[in-house]
Amino acid sequence: MHQTFDAALGINLLHANQEGADHNRAHFDEWGITCINIMSSPGAGKTVVLERTLAAITQDLSPSLKAAVIEGDMTTELDADRLRQYGVPVIAINTGRSCHLDSKMVAGGLHRLVHEFNPSEIDLVLVENVGNLVCPAEFEVGEHAKVALLSITEGEDKPLKYPVMFQEADCLLITKMDLAPYLEIDVDRIIANVRQMNPHATIIPLSAKSGEGFETWLSWLKAQVNLRKSQKPSTSAQTSHEGLI
Amino acid sequence: MHETDMTKALIMTVRDWWEAQPEQPNITHVHLTVGRFTCVEPVSLQFAFEVQTRNTFLAGAKLIIRETPLIAFCHTCQAEYQPEVGIQYACPTCRSPMEDIRSGRELKVDRVEYAAPHSEPSAPIQPERDSLQSKP
Repeated sequence: MHQTFDAALGINLLHANQEGADHNRAHFDEWGITCINIMSSPGAGKTVVLERTLAAITQDLSPSLKAAVIEGDMTTELDADRLRQYGVPVIAINTGRSCHLDSKMVAGGLHRLVHEFNPSEIDLVLVENVGNLVCPAEFEVGEHAKVALLSITEGEDKPLKYPVMFQEADCLLITKMDLAPYLEIDVDRIIANVRQMNPHATIIPLSAKSGEGFETWLSWLKAQVNLRKSQKPSTSAQTSHEGLI
Repeated sequence: MHETDMTKALIMTVRDWWEAQPEQPNITHVHLTVGRFTCVEPVSLQFAFEVQTRNTFLAGAKLIIRETPLIAFCHTCQAEYQPEVGIQYACPTCRSPMEDIRSGRELKVDRVEYAAPHSEPSAPIQPERDSLQSKP
């Protein structure tokens, strides 16, 4: 007799990751820290944008932002070493062959961060994800806002081909704008393509080389931090959706 | 690439259910819903499932994937439409952005089919825990 039965599960595949992400976010809220998840394809300029961001944060700004970085890198600490030069806490998470950070890896990084540093002296954690336009979009790590980078050398059609990433982003940085005179690229088309699936994201064209756009980007970051500073701890925070473009 | 991780998540979800049963049943089919607007490729998932379930409690179980289309609702036109993934996401009638996704984001273990434990002569093989854990 081979009697078969049926059991309804109805469970989201990512529920375990999601629970971990919510747990991380609860910790961030408890410490009054804003967490930003930074994602892009490899080579779009995440690390150099972070370098320039940290340089600006550590040099001026009153009252200054106190930032830390959780750095996801497949095998090396090269990126983490670059960022440590700015004197901010940097925790490197070696992701091995995994193509994205998940909430468990970031929880590990978070525990190291608060063990080695004082969380009350940090108000912004920038998580640099693994370079990949596909997977990181599906794995939340506990962030309050998602930032996607797209360099103008990647082409106007990328938002159409990798829609989930661009649909999920709260802020899009269009990077390497200094190369625009040398390329046949229509930045307005990139923006129009993103707007097809994301009418709310803040879109900032910038260049880490010339500094174009950094003022806007830094004020976006500050607004994110201020938004949560003004709220009571452990309330779940909504990200601001003011389109600058 | 991340279908490997998705499959791990799938196996662990089903294992939680399996371990909670009074007697561990022999699972024959796992039914999964995958939306068109996710980063999951059903063919890769099918392959990863076959490889990763070898020598586990799910060995030999079939993965049945139901794909759901991307359907958005345009609030201006008060109508549903199907965006063409990779080409066009805005409303084809009024060009309003795709904002309200009604279908296509699903990634869900719907149900499992199983045979009663006593109807299967060989006991299910215990899962190799290590092979199912995410990398630290």
